[in-house]
Amino acid sequence: MLTEITLGQYYPGESVVHHLDPRTKILGVLFYMVMVFLANSPLSYGLLIAFLIAATALAKLPPGLLLKSIKPLWIIILLTLVLHFFTDPGEVLWHWKVFTITKEGIIMGIKMSLRLVLLLLVSSLMTFTTSPIVLTDGIESLLRPFKRVGVPAHELAMMMTIALRFIPTLLEETDRIMKAQMSRGADFSSGNIVQRAKNLLPILIPLFISSFRRADELALAMEARCYHGGEGRTRMHELVYQKRDGAAAFILVLLFAVLVFLRWGMPA
Amino acid sequence: MSIEVDHISYTYMAHTSLENKALEDVSFRVDKGEFVALIGHTGSGKSTLAEHLNGLLHPDEGCVRVDGVDLKGKDRAAKEARGKVGMVFQYPEHQLFAETIYEDIAFGPRNQGKSPEEVDAAVRSAMAFVDLDYDVFASRSPFQLSGGQMRRVAIAGVVAMEPDYLIMDEPSAGLDPVSRDNIFSQLMKIFHKRQMGVILITHSMEEAAQYADRLLVMSGGKLHLDGPARDIFTHDRETLEKLSMDVPESVKLADELRQQGLSLKGTPLTEAELIRAIERAKGWKAC
Ligand SMILES: Nc1ncnc2c1ncn2[C@@H]1O[C@H](COP(=O)(O)OP(=O)(O)OP(=O)(O)O)[C@@H](O)[C@H]1O
Ligand SMILES: [Mg+2]
Repeated sequence: MLTEITLGQYYPGESVVHHLDPRTKILGVLFYMVMVFLANSPLSYGLLIAFLIAATALAKLPPGLLLKSIKPLWIIILLTLVLHFFTDPGEVLWHWKVFTITKEGIIMGIKMSLRLVLLLLVSSLMTFTTSPIVLTDGIESLLRPFKRVGVPAHELAMMMTIALRFIPTLLEETDRIMKAQMSRGADFSSGNIVQRAKNLLPILIPLFISSFRRADELALAMEARCYHGGEGRTRMHELVYQKRDGAAAFILVLLFAVLVFLRWGMPA
Repeated sequence: MSIEVDHISYTYMAHTSLENKALEDVSFRVDKGEFVALIGHTGSGKSTLAEHLNGLLHPDEGCVRVDGVDLKGKDRAAKEARGKVGMVFQYPEHQLFAETIYEDIAFGPRNQGKSPEEVDAAVRSAMAFVDLDYDVFASRSPFQLSGGQMRRVAIAGVVAMEPDYLIMDEPSAGLDPVSRDNIFSQLMKIFHKRQMGVILITHSMEEAAQYADRLLVMSGGKLHLDGPARDIFTHDRETLEKLSMDVPESVKLADELRQQGLSLKGTPLTEAELIRAIERAKGWKAC
């Protein structure tokens, strides 16, 4: 039931991409996003796509898995495509009543939706190959320099970690409570909206109560183990850049250089 | 009149990397009027099996029938059949929600479409069943109770639905010995009165031996043993040990005494039986 929803969509593996430092992956994804907006010719888009395919192959993800991550946003992508088709001014290719399709519209539509798809795919590639906990470690480490200007890096990361840790637990709990109330004849699928909202109470109330209890217990357990915030805290797994991180950075910078050249360096 | 489990298998999160076969080709039947204990170590699939018995989970293969009706169906008959099986979950106190204890216990009977008078009667008798004084507790909030009292309210909520079959998933875990005995003595009382079919899931061999006529022993999602409690605790001790389970304390004590040279007969499943066996072996007169 509920517990079968995949969360954080992490796909465990032992590939090079999985073992990259989370910081490399986060910065790499940001860098790639910049490049997506830099690209302006079919060739540069081709390079970006090739890079993505190569990275997916290196990560040994099953083909199709990555494409599934487009699913939740396909309506937006389609809308982008269609809106550009019909609204952009330019050389008219086809005309019917108020509808006109222009050449520029088609090019722009494809470009924009391709950008969206690439952004989506590259961030999915990161979440598929990085466990949520490692990801928060990376975010904390990257945010640390901003502590001086008041960004609570450690606290943010701790909150994220705890939330991530408890989402499956809460889903499991919801599942259990739902089953328990269903076995007492509760009905969650009939009646009007008000009735349905009311029918949810037997699930929501126990869920809230147990969440508060859990939060309480967790706080107590953390204190009992002398947790006192991030100050002076050491960690079991220190993040250390490896050679492969250097290699990844090199490839990205190379790609960047080529894209810059393709955009500005080509003789007109 | 029985629950029939016919070659069922169930896999959690099928077709993902987290696939977990929780039940594998399990078959047995429990008749009305039978008291069965389901034992097995942690993670052996007991709770998963229990959830199949009132249609909360449906088997991937095989089927579960209650009084001859397959629980998988979507029709009235299947719904009715599911309603015949009451289920007390592990840690049932975590599912309380209503403002008052009365309202919480009345939730099930109301969903069954009983009239207010019937609901009232059901709530009163269910509260008596778990030893909660109606006048004191009916209008209290369930969240002001101790853990054990909450447990009793939750059990009452299921008993109030007057099921033909009652499944209890470790109802005594975390209760003090007195409340535990209370719950079981009340359970035995309605079991005899209503001739229900009871399936008790427990980690306590003593409980299993004392109350159940028959044992179902699970391990790794499979049903390994199914038979009278006395037979299993007498003849299948090696299998039990292999499945990392134990025999009741009284059986172990009887063994020790035998090693010390006392000629005890039989397998005493309870303290009382052990005392009687010792008396007989020693030739003492029961007083
Ligand atoms: N919602 C779930 N999703 C995935 N796997 C599950 C789920 N519930 C149980 N399992 C797995 O199924 C197996 C059987 O679990 P089950 O809860 O039936 O065991 P149990 O015999 O009731 O154990 P216990 O004595 O601890 O209550 C276990 O390996 C467990 O990890
Ligand atoms: Mg269980």
